[in-house]
Amino acid sequence: MISFNQVNKRYPGGFEALKNVTFELAKGEMAFLTGHSGAGKSTLLKLIAAIERPNSGSVLVNNQNVSALKSAALPYLRRNIGMIFQDHKLLFDRSVFDNVQLPLEICGFDHRETGKRVRAALDKVGLLGREKANPIALSGGEQQRLCIARAIVNRPSILLADEPTGNLDAEYAQEIMKIFDSFHQVGATLLISTHDAGVLKNARTINLRQGEIQTAPGKEGMP
Amino acid sequence: MMSAFSQHLRVIKSTLRRMFSAPLSGILNIVVIGIALSLPAGLYALLQNAQGVLSQASSSSEISLFLTMDAGSEDIASLRRQLAQNPAIGRITFIPRADALKNLVQSNGLSDVIAGLENNPLPDAFVVSPRTTHARELDALRSELQKLPHVDIAQLDTAWVYKLEAILEFARILVLILAVLLSLALIAITFNTIRLQIMTQKDEIQVAKLIGATNSFVRRPFLYFGAVQGILGGITAWIIIALGMHLLKKPIATLSHLYGSDFILHPLSLGDSLTLMLFSLYLGLMGAWLSVARHLSEIEPR
Repeated sequence: MISFNQVNKRYPGGFEALKNVTFELAKGEMAFLTGHSGAGKSTLLKLIAAIERPNSGSVLVNNQNVSALKSAALPYLRRNIGMIFQDHKLLFDRSVFDNVQLPLEICGFDHRETGKRVRAALDKVGLLGREKANPIALSGGEQQRLCIARAIVNRPSILLADEPTGNLDAEYAQEIMKIFDSFHQVGATLLISTHDAGVLKNARTINLRQGEIQTAPGKEGMP
Repeated sequence: MMSAFSQHLRVIKSTLRRMFSAPLSGILNIVVIGIALSLPAGLYALLQNAQGVLSQASSSSEISLFLTMDAGSEDIASLRRQLAQNPAIGRITFIPRADALKNLVQSNGLSDVIAGLENNPLPDAFVVSPRTTHARELDALRSELQKLPHVDIAQLDTAWVYKLEAILEFARILVLILAVLLSLALIAITFNTIRLQIMTQKDEIQVAKLIGATNSFVRRPFLYFGAVQGILGGITAWIIIALGMHLLKKPIATLSHLYGSDFILHPLSLGDSLTLMLFSLYLGLMGAWLSVARHLSEIEPR
């Protein structure tokens, strides 16, 4: 589903965010991306959604070379990827409902269909009662869950989460991990970056240190 | 999938909502566009009216033939026959010198002066209506009639028609220059409005692009905004012109009555009104398009 082959990413100014990164994530697999802040976790996720492009190597998503995609093709790649951001990237000029509706609007879904889907997504993250609220009135944990609802409403086959539990206390973090688990159950491919070892369960982990993968991929952390 | 039509309808609705979410600045923009457009369009409407007056006036032009004092009644009769045979001439009216004097006394209030005269100084005259309205043919006819026996002076007052035509030509070019300049201003206004909007909606654009919005999806609301603002500006211009015309109607009717004309001011025709609105819609769309093309590519998610 996702495959990195000798990927290097250097930012302007010479900072090498990723060095020779090679790994593969199978369809339906769930993996954690660990490492200190600055280890290259966010960069790796951005390469998958083609928000950044690698300097060398290839990034394949669904057997498509993302690094070679034309910019006109990017929207269609991103529609298949649900992204959960550490800073949520919610829009505070509209209601909770409208925030979740945005991806459907972008894909051109029918109005009646969107209502059902938005409520289903909000129900899944436990925000069904707050659909008319403004996201600014939500707590940090609720905002994160709203961000998840927006990422899944489109039923993408891939979910990427960048430090989804970063600013949350352990109880909220457990709740969010449970939500991710339920997507894993229904066959989504998940890649979740975290520096918080406490949330890791028996899932696969990919450990980054200063832009390099630490141990052989595919073996670490497995029971 | 949502039908394209209802999707567009929704974008228009949200565009209007956004435009009037800050009603003052939205309305001010529309008023500015309306005023800018109403100047050239209003002048154009007045020009159309003047054009009407001009063609009406030149179609009613007459040639006056003042006869020599020695022309007798037989000469007059033969002249009348000659005029009647001329295919270029329509109506012929004979004004005997006595009638002419009477008219002069009545209309000019010069009765005292005229009463003091020994003889009637006025000649007999024919007034003929040429069939042509073309200025050059009128001139040719006048020279032809001038050569007839016993015709002292053949007088055609076309000079004022030429002058008026020259003035109208001048006004036409003035309107054209105004229209071009103010159209550019309108494009600039829309360009800037859209630029500000793009800046304030930077977050929304970035998020939309992150979750798979195509460029045309992101572009669409801004283009609609430009177009809607344009057409509302066009409607405002139309209202300004209609109001102005309404206010001018009475004074102009009075004025033309004083000149013995039954001229009334015509409002913008349906075709011209539609053209005005479509043109301003187009200008708004163009300003938005330029702005979007310039600024939207600068906003890429990071």
